[in-house]
Amino acid sequence: MDLASAQVIGAGLAAIGVGAAAIGVGNVWGPFLESAVRNPAASDSQFTRVLIGFALAELLGLIAFVVSMIILYAPPHA
Amino acid sequence: MAGEAKFDPMHQFQVHPIVPIHIGGYDVSLTNSALWMLIALGVIIGFISLGMKRELVPGRWQMAVEELTGTIGRMAGTTIGPEGKKFEPLLFSLFAFILVANFLGILPFAVVPGLHPFATTSHFSITGVLAVISFSIVLIVGFWKHGLHFFSLFLPPGVPWYMQLFLFPIELISFIVRPFSLGLRLFVAIFAGHVLMDVFGNFIVNGLNGGPVGMGVAFLSFVFVVFIGLLEILVCLIQAYVFTLLTAVYLNDAVNLH
Repeated sequence: MDLASAQVIGAGLAAIGVGAAAIGVGNVWGPFLESAVRNPAASDSQFTRVLIGFALAELLGLIAFVVSMIILYAPPHA
Repeated sequence: MAGEAKFDPMHQFQVHPIVPIHIGGYDVSLTNSALWMLIALGVIIGFISLGMKRELVPGRWQMAVEELTGTIGRMAGTTIGPEGKKFEPLLFSLFAFILVANFLGILPFAVVPGLHPFATTSHFSITGVLAVISFSIVLIVGFWKHGLHFFSLFLPPGVPWYMQLFLFPIELISFIVRPFSLGLRLFVAIFAGHVLMDVFGNFIVNGLNGGPVGMGVAFLSFVFVVFIGLLEILVCLIQAYVFTLLTAVYLNDAVNLH
């Protein structure tokens, strides 16, 4: 396998992390919606905490994207 | 499209000088990045000053301004507590600048020939500086208010001393990474969105030249890019809010310790 194709395959493998972060973001919003439907009165007071959790989960997916982009656009003969 | 044009999704992020200025060997040219930051500043000042008529019965514009400042004020109050009032100007400045810079980057100004919008928040140098500003204010407030007692932030209460030996370095590292993650989140969210829209725009243009199958791909890409565009508008708002919210949460740590 030559270097250029290994680079593209590596970038694709690094992008798996984005999907893993999608599970995390779903785990933040799904239970929130579930509990907000059961007790709508309490949902507004917890919304900022949901956003913090969402931001923390999303960051990991974004880091996976950055790693993928760094591999994809790195000079091929570095 | 003549043949295989070189497609480069990173081209939109290039910073180039508009008014070259060189002082004493330093390049302080007005770049497109600086220009769009100034435009963002002008938009904010215009928006606020148009709602500053102080009418007793507020009109639509004044209501919009009051609602925007009130949202950040309520956030400061619920997150930091009674002392949050002092940090409201800081939080509002961060929120307003990031929000307007995000929106200016995503608006379709490019339909006017020769005009290229530039998302200032898609550069880590900009978002990193914003994060460092908010982090250094957290440090200043923490040490100003508590002195060296500020370090008790890294010792969670109600934990036996032998566990605190392990927890102190972990809490310290997680505190030091904060400005990095704060700046990186905003930068990557905007950067990734712009790359994604550029890539799918390229699929549309190239697909139209690719026969019936290409036409199908172009149509699907067009439908997809419309929804991606809507999602990006949401991301612009959420990222600006999250940046401000996390700054407020970190300020709460510095003001109230635990």
